[in-house]
Amino acid sequence: MGQIEWAMWANEQALASGLILITGGIVATAGRFTQWYFGAYSIVAGVFVCLLEYPRGKRKKGSTMERCGQKYMTAVVKLFGPLTRNYYIRAVLHLLLSVPAGFLLATILGTACLAIASGIYLLAAVRGEQWTPIEPKPRERPQVGGTIKQPPSNPPPRPPAEARKKPSEEAAAAEGPSAGPQTNPIPVTDEIV
Amino acid sequence: MMGCWILNEGLSVVLVLSWLGVNFYLFIDTFCWYEKEESFHYTRVILGSTLAWARASALCLNFNCMLILIPISRNLISFIRGASICCRGPWRRQLDKNLKFHKLVAYGIAVNATIHVVAHFFNLERYHWSQSEEAEGLLAALSKLGNTPNESYLNPVRTFPANTTTELLRTIAGVTGLVISLALVLIMTSSTEFIRQVSYELFWYTHHVFIIFFLSLAIHGTGRIVRGQTQDSLSLHNVTFCRDHYAEWQTAAQCPVPQFSGKEPSAWKWVLGPVVLYACERIIRFWRFQQEVVITKVISHPSGVLELHMKKSGFKMAPGQYILMQCPAVSSLEWHPFTLTSAPQEDFFSVHIRAAGDWTAALLEAFGAEGQALQEPWSLPRLAVDGPFGAALTDVFHYPVSVCIAAGIGVTPFAALLKSIWYRCSEAQTPLKLSKVYFYWICRDARAFEWFADLLLSLETRMSEQGKTHFLSYHIFLTGWDENQAVHIALHWDENTDVVTGLKQKTFYGRPNWKNEFKQIAYNHPSSSIGVFFCGPKALSKTLQRMCRFYSSADPRGVHFYYNKESF
Repeated sequence: MGQIEWAMWANEQALASGLILITGGIVATAGRFTQWYFGAYSIVAGVFVCLLEYPRGKRKKGSTMERCGQKYMTAVVKLFGPLTRNYYIRAVLHLLLSVPAGFLLATILGTACLAIASGIYLLAAVRGEQWTPIEPKPRERPQVGGTIKQPPSNPPPRPPAEARKKPSEEAAAAEGPSAGPQTNPIPVTDEIV
Repeated sequence: MMGCWILNEGLSVVLVLSWLGVNFYLFIDTFCWYEKEESFHYTRVILGSTLAWARASALCLNFNCMLILIPISRNLISFIRGASICCRGPWRRQLDKNLKFHKLVAYGIAVNATIHVVAHFFNLERYHWSQSEEAEGLLAALSKLGNTPNESYLNPVRTFPANTTTELLRTIAGVTGLVISLALVLIMTSSTEFIRQVSYELFWYTHHVFIIFFLSLAIHGTGRIVRGQTQDSLSLHNVTFCRDHYAEWQTAAQCPVPQFSGKEPSAWKWVLGPVVLYACERIIRFWRFQQEVVITKVISHPSGVLELHMKKSGFKMAPGQYILMQCPAVSSLEWHPFTLTSAPQEDFFSVHIRAAGDWTAALLEAFGAEGQALQEPWSLPRLAVDGPFGAALTDVFHYPVSVCIAAGIGVTPFAALLKSIWYRCSEAQTPLKLSKVYFYWICRDARAFEWFADLLLSLETRMSEQGKTHFLSYHIFLTGWDENQAVHIALHWDENTDVVTGLKQKTFYGRPNWKNEFKQIAYNHPSSSIGVFFCGPKALSKTLQRMCRFYSSADPRGVHFYYNKESF
């Protein structure tokens, strides 16, 4: 259990809580329950939580599955910098958001779920996790000419690739009989990586 | 082509539609009953049709909660698979889809729970409102029932409190309802595919909240707050006449005061059976844990794979099956699934474990895989084994031609299978129905070959010794290479044996062209039924399913591909 990234679960839980808040809010407002204005608040809070939690943060190791279309919200959430990066702030925010919804029956489930999400975020924050946006990888431009190899610049017989890997000073210092490394009239650069 | 698809997929579709049909039938039947039933007439006066919505969804919830534990009773499923000799083909394949069914029923529970909760919010609100001063007429009269000693109440909300939440928390049904809903939400958020990938342990541990779920479900109805008129009262009190004369109930003999009683809790009757079954399942697992597992060999492969040879009394397996393993030294509560890689004919059973997460990494470390010195047998950590549990590959021998496709680590079930094939071939006396096996292995990393290459090499030699070189035809596809490897391979292209594996059949580079492969196989075996077995990622599974459907002929006497997938 040591390496669980709690923030990932907190994110799922918070997103679910947001949806539950919205549903409860709609039920309360549509049914005109007593104190239905809490229901209206709950819808707004639910939408806010859903938008905040929709972009998934990047995992510390391994690849992260993005949610469909999350890159637009990622850009917005990224703008707030430390406010959204820090999980302590998120934990407190979710706790505060969940309290008013607790006054109305229809949204009490949303309160409980969001409070649990807040608790998990607190745990994540204590363990030093942070929200990092998932950036699209920059497209690697194919480097024109990068893969073109220079033709061998020394005449045959050529030593095999391994011999050519030796640094050129050693080759220069070991001048001697032709059994040794070839001395080249022009400097040779190591072309095999 | 359509015929094959219908057979393959048809039974699944039929089962899903039956499940859906039963759900709809139960829902609509209960809904209509509560809408029309006389004894609930007065309850409907206060609540309207949300009573029927709540009760109908409650019945569907009972039904689905009963079903949900059955697909994950692994021992039961293995038992059914082993016991039913008549249950070949399509029915067996349905047993492989047990996890899908479990998820489907879970979605059913979620949908019905939403309906149930929303309906009860309305109900509680209406009960609450009908106790206020604004309520008049029949509504007020009904709500006042129960205030005098020899009356039974209808409205569970007895006074007009500050808010409905406190009312909720005063009833058993309310509190348990909240607990159940929370448990359901926690289970569902920790079971998403993403979380299962991130941390299987989190999913596993949180899922055990189902214990709280079932306990709360059993006591959810004990408050008996769904109230209807008693039969005695109905015989004395004619509802159609008396409902307009509510002012005279206390006085007139024609309309005595109606008496109400609460509905008996029924959820426990639905879930008792499966809960007991699942409890037995866990007891069997615990009992198996107590049984001794002797580790006879530990092999640490350079590619980070640990091979364990074990022995356990009374252990019988079939190729393609898997076991659940627990290592108390690593974690005392977690059981992880691993495919068996040994053949049933061997006197030990083995698994190959790759470090892919917390638990496996810790296991490799506990067995000294990182290392250095040899470990003494008595210092090895203790292991517990549950299983074996059945999987699709036991069907390979039932087809005259089988095509086995493995991607990456998905090769492990096929390791057991190929070994088993070799053993069966060596026993000349029992002729096999299976006469040809095609094996495809798609792999990214050449180093992963090395523990399997040994097996293939020995199979190759054994097959040629017995003159059965055409029995097994395998194709290995290497999909990742760097430049050095490419140069090396190009230089040795013309040699007899493959430069990477040392095998006679050459390795291919890049992904297989499935259309060509299937076309060739269909051409070679024009009128056979061919079983296709796959273990690996979903995307490839979809491709292969398509190929199976496409290349199966419409003629019932022609070639037919039957697709089977194994996944954990």
